[in-house]
Parts: sequence; structure tokens; C-alpha cells
Amino acid sequence: MDDLANKTATSFRLNGHTVTSYPETGARLSGLLREEFGARDVKIGCNAGDCGACTVLVDGDPVCACLMPAHQAKGRSVETLSGLYQTDTHAKDLAERFQDHGAAQCGICTPGMMVSAVALLRDNPEPNVEEVQDALGGVLCRCTGYRKIIDAVIGLPANMKKTDGQVGDPIRKLDGEDKVAGREAFGDDVAPAGTLEIFVIRSPSHRASFSFGDLEGFVSLASGIEAVLTADDVKGRNVFGVIPHFMDQPVFAETETRFRGEAVAAVIGTPQAIASFDPGTFPVTWTELPSVNDIVSAQSPDAPQLHEGRDLNVMCGGFVSSGDADAALGRAEVTVEGHFRSGFVEHAYIEPEAGFAQMVDGRVEVHACTQAPVMDLDSLEIILGIDRSMIRIVPTAVGGGFGSKLDISVQPYLALGSIKTGKPVRLCYSRTESMQSSTKRHPSDIKLKIGATSVGKITGFNFYGEFDTGAYASWGPTVANRVPVHASGPYEIPDYRAESKGIHTNNPPAGAFRGFGVPQSAIAQECLFDELAQKLDIDPLEFRIINALKNNVPTVCGQVFSQGVGITECLTALRPAWLQENENCATFNASNTVLKHGVGLAAGWYGCGNTSLPNPSTIKSGIRADGTVVLHQGAMDIGQGANTVITQIFATALGISVDGIELIGGDTDVTPDAGKTSASRQTYVSGNAARLSGEALRARILDNLNVAQGAVLTIGAGAIHANDVSGEHTLSLAGLSADAEGYVLRAEETYDPPTKPLDANGQGEPYAQFGYAAHLVVVEVDAALGTVKPLKFVAAHDVGQAINPLLVEGQVQGGIAQGLGMALMEEYIPGRTENLHDYLIPTIGDIPPIDTIIIEEPDGHGPYGAKGLGEHVLIPTAPAILNAITNATGVRVRQVPATPSRMRSMIIGNAT
Amino acid sequence: MTYLIPTELEAALISLTRHQTKIVAGSTDVYPAMKQGHTPKSLLDVTRIKELSDITVTAIGIRIGAAVSWSEIVKADLPAAFDGLKQAAKEVGSLQIQNAGTIAGNLCNASPAADGVPPLLTLDAQVELASAARGARILPLQDFIHGVRKTALASDEIVTAVHIPTPPEGAGAAFEKLGSRRYLVISIAMTAALIKCDARGLISEARVAVGACSPVAQRMTQLETDLIGTKPSEVEILPSHLSRLSPIDDVRGSGGYRLDIVQEQCRRAIQRAAAHG
Repeated sequence: MDDLANKTATSFRLNGHTVTSYPETGARLSGLLREEFGARDVKIGCNAGDCGACTVLVDGDPVCACLMPAHQAKGRSVETLSGLYQTDTHAKDLAERFQDHGAAQCGICTPGMMVSAVALLRDNPEPNVEEVQDALGGVLCRCTGYRKIIDAVIGLPANMKKTDGQVGDPIRKLDGEDKVAGREAFGDDVAPAGTLEIFVIRSPSHRASFSFGDLEGFVSLASGIEAVLTADDVKGRNVFGVIPHFMDQPVFAETETRFRGEAVAAVIGTPQAIASFDPGTFPVTWTELPSVNDIVSAQSPDAPQLHEGRDLNVMCGGFVSSGDADAALGRAEVTVEGHFRSGFVEHAYIEPEAGFAQMVDGRVEVHACTQAPVMDLDSLEIILGIDRSMIRIVPTAVGGGFGSKLDISVQPYLALGSIKTGKPVRLCYSRTESMQSSTKRHPSDIKLKIGATSVGKITGFNFYGEFDTGAYASWGPTVANRVPVHASGPYEIPDYRAESKGIHTNNPPAGAFRGFGVPQSAIAQECLFDELAQKLDIDPLEFRIINALKNNVPTVCGQVFSQGVGITECLTALRPAWLQENENCATFNASNTVLKHGVGLAAGWYGCGNTSLPNPSTIKSGIRADGTVVLHQGAMDIGQGANTVITQIFATALGISVDGIELIGGDTDVTPDAGKTSASRQTYVSGNAARLSGEALRARILDNLNVAQGAVLTIGAGAIHANDVSGEHTLSLAGLSADAEGYVLRAEETYDPPTKPLDANGQGEPYAQFGYAAHLVVVEVDAALGTVKPLKFVAAHDVGQAINPLLVEGQVQGGIAQGLGMALMEEYIPGRTENLHDYLIPTIGDIPPIDTIIIEEPDGHGPYGAKGLGEHVLIPTAPAILNAITNATGVRVRQVPATPSRMRSMIIGNAT
Repeated sequence: MTYLIPTELEAALISLTRHQTKIVAGSTDVYPAMKQGHTPKSLLDVTRIKELSDITVTAIGIRIGAAVSWSEIVKADLPAAFDGLKQAAKEVGSLQIQNAGTIAGNLCNASPAADGVPPLLTLDAQVELASAARGARILPLQDFIHGVRKTALASDEIVTAVHIPTPPEGAGAAFEKLGSRRYLVISIAMTAALIKCDARGLISEARVAVGACSPVAQRMTQLETDLIGTKPSEVEILPSHLSRLSPIDDVRGSGGYRLDIVQEQCRRAIQRAAAHG
């Protein structure tokens, strides 16, 4: 009954060419375009019209291809980004402008954005900001904060400069063209059409026991189903985790699931079989068990215990103490205290976890989106129980990560499936299973008391925070460790005590999300700082400057930096805007009763790299006989720009232009480990390794030529030319012998940040460098409705040395968008917000203009003075917004998100 | 396994009598609701039926074909009394959704938060249905939507059009939507108003409908009565005006919050509608 005779021929124009297909009834246009016609530039982020990544033009109008029946395209003209890029002048202009502005970070939303923008510009070649927002409002972006996309569509002048890409140059992203051309291949874009697919069977309840029926019978009876995977197929250890002593998560649960969405089995079949597979037909019987979903109940002796040896569901804790916090609080002339809460936050990258695996010469090859290819390899070695030499990880482009793609997701299912069937297999999570099964930001429950003297010096700080780490440890221990080290904020606080605990519940595992718990603790600390300042009648900005950490002043861990502490500079950079905006708000509020404006600020700091642990990166480079310079760039670019930043550092060290440097990514067969893209470490740690690699390669060249240190190098076809005071010298590469990889000259260098362990009181040297930040925001509160609309941000960031100022701005704007979401709208509720229309992230209409002020207080350890940035960018955002809300309304928000419903009830409560 | 794309209404209606089929137009609600492994065996696409596809002026008002998209409504040349409908049209999902999603689809989906329903209620919209067996019938919109995901549509029927009786000359209209973000957001609450003022600036005709605060959006009839003869700037909305609403608590907001802010929404919608008449 599935033969062609019973299907309708559907012919339409695809990017100007007539195509014909015989789609299944109900097939979506998106699937047809991607799988039958190879238009993998049509990205699928949600399959529900919530993200717009799949936007195509049908007879010129933008629609979501995921919501259009394939048959409906009959006789119509369908245009996708890759076609528009070839032929449409608006698309070509946009492609240039998107690159000039850095409007594509990871690039997964770029096809949807550009296609929507083409439709706008055809109608309206000179749109204003609001028109751009209306036209692009249906496409979600999680990386950029949207403002650069608006700038690119309008065609504002860009800050980009076309130079040879030395450190400090605002050049375009080196990998940007593929993103704007629709050529970038993400996790679901690499498998050949027709590849076997995997469907994961997941727990319907927070906690359940289960038993399988006749799995063999199921496979033999179901048409097109090739195999089923369960824990029995795991030949190594059925466990994974990112921290050695806390590995506790099974690939497949064995008898009982610990959270809703946990995998118990996987079905492998043809694309047709998987498309029509009804999970209700899978032979599994579930028995729902009592679960615990909040941290208070979880610590009761009656609560279900999730893991042996973690009594009362306490996974672990963190502790930092210096001086005597209680005594100092007793001495304080003014104290404030508060109880602060936040919920789960979903990473909501637009690319769901996806990949492809195949067997090649008896080895298993996994191509998937990841932030940490070598950690994936480590995990698969344990799970598969085979030697690591038999496994190859080839990272695809990553459509956003923000921490969650540090943990493995699809990788074990792909590897096990490929091994079991002997065939290539692919898997792309649905949006719902991505949201159910991936890690989240930890919900927090924080109690904090801070004291100060009458002149505004902090005296005494006592912090206690509990974090819901969910069913498995993931990066929970890191959050527990990082929070007490950072909870002080970038301030001098001699008498300090901070304790944290990670608590297991039957919620999804909480893991790494931009900031590892610090954004949560910063809300408590920065909001109470405003309260202290108010009680003391000191200006909140000046209060922070009074207490700001300085060079040669110990941190709460007793670490003393003799250089590089740039928080005072960040804060003072905000002063002009602070004074002006306070004045503006007062003027506005004097004549408005329902709408109220407020200005708020907050600061933050973040230690770059692992906390007191080894954290090396290795960067390999080489020159081929033909003169091609090759950089093995293993620092995963997840949109933030590592491919560009690491190359700029390397090129500067080597003394050449970035043009023509060939990048080889994090393929574990050919590229050494540059560590994970996490902890704001790539610019600093891998950047240093790139610098060392470039310097070593340069030294080898100079040695060969016997020329002076300052010689100017030009690497041409088959030869390197060096010019110094004595003239031009030429090294012919043909005369040098090439190694197995074809390199006639090579360098491989490693950098590991100098840190020292923390003692029982958290005293030591946790990080070799910190980065610093301060944000200012103006908000408009509609007191009658409870809505909060940020109107403007000014963000000052001490990055030591901006390797690429354009990318620094991109990080800042994107981080602010995520911080804004956390403050105002984002809360993941297991079982209730498992899609992108119930779980809301900011749209293009929610992010106001952002003025980025780059502070460069060089760091002695950073490459050319550079500091990390990726996580700093959202730490001050939420508390700055909450402080602005207080400034506007008098309401003190203690729980995020400050949804309209919560805001309005507080405004009413405040008025009575 | 069939996908039917008739161009004649008659053929569509006959096919409905022969097949167990699901009607699709913009599909913007059909696909998100589809469960893994449960794709309908047969789909009936009504987007190419001429009489469902355009907006026409009739003797008694405006006829909007069932498969007219929200974008087409935005672009249509309609009197100011349709401004609330146009404003709502621009809030249905995103531009992508508005280009595909249709007016009748929004009604047939019967979501309590359907953006199209409150303004259509203020326009006294009537729903035209047709079946092969019984021909055409017309129902007032409030009689067409019975409850959450429940309508009067029989299994052999197709919604063919929405009729809007000619609105009062000089009436203005407005739509207020509240969500937690700017675009692509399901309403926490929404209010549509159609207001006409007399020469003295006093309200002479008032229609107000509230959505997302009860299983089906409703007209606030007592409020409408009380508005007559008042100045828009002095509109007073009392809790008793909203007593028919029964908002629920959900992830978007509490029931109490919805009731609270609907008062403000009504005031703003009425004042904006009055200002644009």
C-alpha cells in the first residue's frame, strides 16, 4: 500500500529548479527538502513552529517548513538559504553584512534569520528596527542577543575591519561564510539520507520501575526495525559522568528510572519505520514509583534515596571561609539578609543533540555536536569497553551548547547502534526529548546575610546555598565548588563564610550552564548590596567601588593578584551612564504613574579554567611543503568564536596573517586535546597553547633561516621568506622532509594554568586569572500589568586584551540575552514546559540596545594579556535587572523569573 | 494513505463522506499536536478551494473565506472596526505562522487562547459550515466553539467562511494581548474591544471580549451595557463585569493575576478603540 501508485506526485520549484517527489501523507516539507533534495540548510529546531530555524520562502512568503505538508508545495516556488545565497541580491548582501556584524555565531538560526530577512528586504529595502523585529520575530536565536542581526539587516556600518587578523583586530569570523551560505553541517546534517535511525524509549514518570516484554519478538515482527538496544548491549560499564568520582548516570537505566525522560532502550530502524513507529507498541511495562522533586523533601529521611552513599540525597558540598564572618556581622553597623530562589533554566540551543555513527575498518566513528570531543572519547571507551584507539570522535558544527553539550547525549546510542547493526546510524533528539533529558541550570535556594560599617565597608558575609542537582551528578560538584569561591562577587570581604550543597531529586540532571551556579549566587549578593547601599544612604555604584577588589588585596580564598584585577575600572566606566540614567528615570517617573522607569547595576567575576585542577590544552600546528600553514584547532567552536580567536593568537605568535591558515577541527584522530569548551577557558588556556605553538613554529623557522627575532615572515608557495635588517632570506620547503602528516615543520605545545589546591577552608589559588564585569540596565515596569521591559544595557567587561573586539561584543550581547531570560521569563518545569512555546526564551523583540564597553586590564597569564569571557557575560545581568525593578517600583524581587504574574502580585503587596 | 487537494468545495465535501480524514489548511496546529507514530492516514487540504480563499464584500457585510491566512487579513483593506482583528492577526504566533495559519483553523482548533476569537466575537462573527448531506448552515461564533478543543463541526462538515455583519459606521477597535515576551507567545490574557462614540464623545456602542480567561473567549455583556453613555477616559471596570470569567492557574500566570490584569486590559482596549474610531 506504500507503493508509488498510491502516492501523489508533488512537483514544485526548489531554488529555481523543478523537482518531483512522492511524499508520504503527512510528510513535512522540511523533511522532504532535507532528506530527499539534500537541502540540509533547512534546519529543524523544534518541529512545532516555535523556533523558525526551518523558515523557507513559499511563493515569496516565509513559512516554517516543519509545519507545511510536503504535498502543499505542489506547483509552488520554494526558496531556501542555499539557493537564495546563490542568486538573490538581498541574500548576498545579507551574507556580507551578517559576517561584518558577527550576526551569525553558532549559525543554526542563520538560515531562518536570513531567509526571513530576504522576504522583508524584497518588500521594504530600508526597514527600521521595529520592522526588522516584526519580520524576524518568529526566529529564535540563543547566541547573539539579536542586536547584531538587527544591525546587519538594517545595514548599519559595522565595526569589522579587514586586516590580517592580529590580536586586537575586529575581523570577521573565519568560519562565517559557511554559516551564511547555508553550508555549515551540524549534528543532524552529516548522515547520508536513508541512514538507519534511532528512537530512544524514555521514562514517562519522574521515577519508575520497568520490565521489558519480548524484545526479540518485537524486532522480528515490526517492519523495518533492525534492532533494539538496552543495558544488555553495553559491553563496558553502563555508566557515564563528567567528574571521575561522581560518575553515576547509566546509558540505559537497568531496573528503575530516576527522572522523567531517562532512557531505558532504543529502537533502530529504517527512516520509514522510525517515522511511523508508535512508542506505545514497544514492549515495556512501567510502574510509577514515589518520587521527590524538591530539595527540602529530598533531604527528609523518608524521601527516596537516589544514590547509595549520598545520605539524605546530599551529593556533595563546597565551603570557603576566611576571617570570622559571624563575629564581623556582630560588629556590623548595618546588616541585610535575604532568601533567594531560582528555578531550572534550559539551555535551549536551537540545535537539538544530534549525530551520526558508522563503522570504518572495524573502528566506530561518531560524528556529533559536542563541546568536548576528547571527553566524549573517554566516556565511550568506558561504555563500549573497547580500547580508545578503536573509537574516533569527529565533532560536527555545534548549534549552541552553553554547557549542556559538555555531557554526552546521543553519542553512546549512536556508537552502540552502529556496533550492533554494523551499519551507519543517526539520531536527532526531538525538542521534547532534548529538553527532558539534557542537563539544566541548577535551581537555587540561597540564604545570605551581609554587614557593613557606617562608611560602607563590608564586614561579614554569610552565605548558604542549596542547589537541586537532579537525578545525576553531571557537573553538580563543580557548581558546589565554584559557588562558595565566587559568591563574594569581585569584592574585598575579609570575614567570609560560604557553604553550598548539591541535593539529588527526581528532576532532570542539572549540570553546566554558563556560569556554573555563579549567576544564581550573584543575584543574592548583588541585590543585597543594593539594599545595604540604600540602608547606608550611599550611592549603589560608589558602594561597589568602595568595596571593589584591587590588586594585592586577597580574595575570599586568600589568593592575591598583584596585577590584572579590573573590576574598579568596569564600575567606573559605568559612572557617566549611571548618573545620566538616574536623572532620566527621575524625570520620566515624575510624569508617569503606570509606567515606571528604573536603573540598576550589578557586577560579577569569574575564574577562568578548572577550579584548582589540571586543565591543559594542546595545540598542534604545521607547515606543509606547499607552504600551507595548518592549525589543529581542537578548542570546540560552539558559536563563541574559538576558531577565529585561537587562529588570531596563533597567527600573531607566528607572525603571519590569518588568511590562508587551514583549520583542522577537533577530530580525535588528528588533533590533540584542547580541553573542553567550558569554564571560559578557551581564549585563555587554548589561546596560550596556540600562542606557544605559534612561537615554537616561528622559532623553528627562524632557526632554519638563522635570522633575527624580529624578522617579518611571509609564507608563500613552497617557501618561507623572512625579512630582517640584513635583507630577505628564503627557506625552500621542498628541501625539508615531511613527516607522516605531511608537515615539513611542526610544533605542538601545551599550556596548563598555574593553580594551587584549596584547603579545608577553601583557601588557596583556585584560578590563575579572573575576568570582571559590571552591567547597567534601564527597565520600564508596567505597574498595572506587572510586565518588565528592559530598555537599554551598558555592559563593561574587563577582558584583559580583546583578541577580537567584534566577538567580545557578540559574547556580551548573547550573554545578556540569556541573563535577561533567566531574570524575566525562563523556568523549566519537568513535565510541563518541555517545548519552546511553554518554555519561553527571549525573542528579537525582547532585547534592547546594548552598549559594550571593553576594559583591557592585561592579565599576566593570559595570551597577550587576554582573559576569558564566555560566562562573565551573564553573571551581572539578572541582578542588574532586579535592582532596576526595585529602583522603578520599590519591589524587591527574591525569586526569578520575575514573570508578570509574580511581579504584579508583589507590586500589589507593596502598595497595601 | 491519501493526501487530497480538491479545488472544488463539492469534491471536498464528498471526499469527507467517503474517507476518515483530517482537514488541514495552514497545519500550524495540526503538526504540533501530532503524536509520534500517529500520522493521520488521510488528509484533506482545503487551501486550494476558491470559495474558501478570499475576502469578499457581501450584501450584509464581509465574508472571509475559511482558508484566508492571518497575513491576508492584515493586508486586506477593511474598515477601522476590523483593527482589533488585524492587531490580533499580527499576534498569531509569528509571521511564519500568520502566512500559513488560517482564520477558520484558529476557530476549529478551539484553544482558549486563540488570538482570533475575541476580536471576532466583537465583530459578531458568524461561522459558515457546509456538508454534502445537509448543505450550508451558519452559526454565531459563540455557538460554534463549545469548549476547550470542542466545536460544533460535524465529521462531514467543513468550515467555509466567517461572516462579519457590516460593523457600525465609525466604530474603532483594538486588541490587547499580554504575554511574557514580545513575539511568538501564547496569551496570558487578551481583550478585544469595538467602540463607537457619539458626537459628544460618549460611548454609544460597545463590544468587549476577553480570551484566555475561560474555556472559550466571551463577550463582557454587562460591561458593554454599562459603558454606554460614558466617556472612554472615565471607563470604570468593576470585578462584577468580569464575573463570567473563570481563569485557571498555569505556567503562564495565576488565575487571580489574569482577573486582575484583564480589568486594565479592558480599559486600555476600550480607550484605544475609542481613539481610533
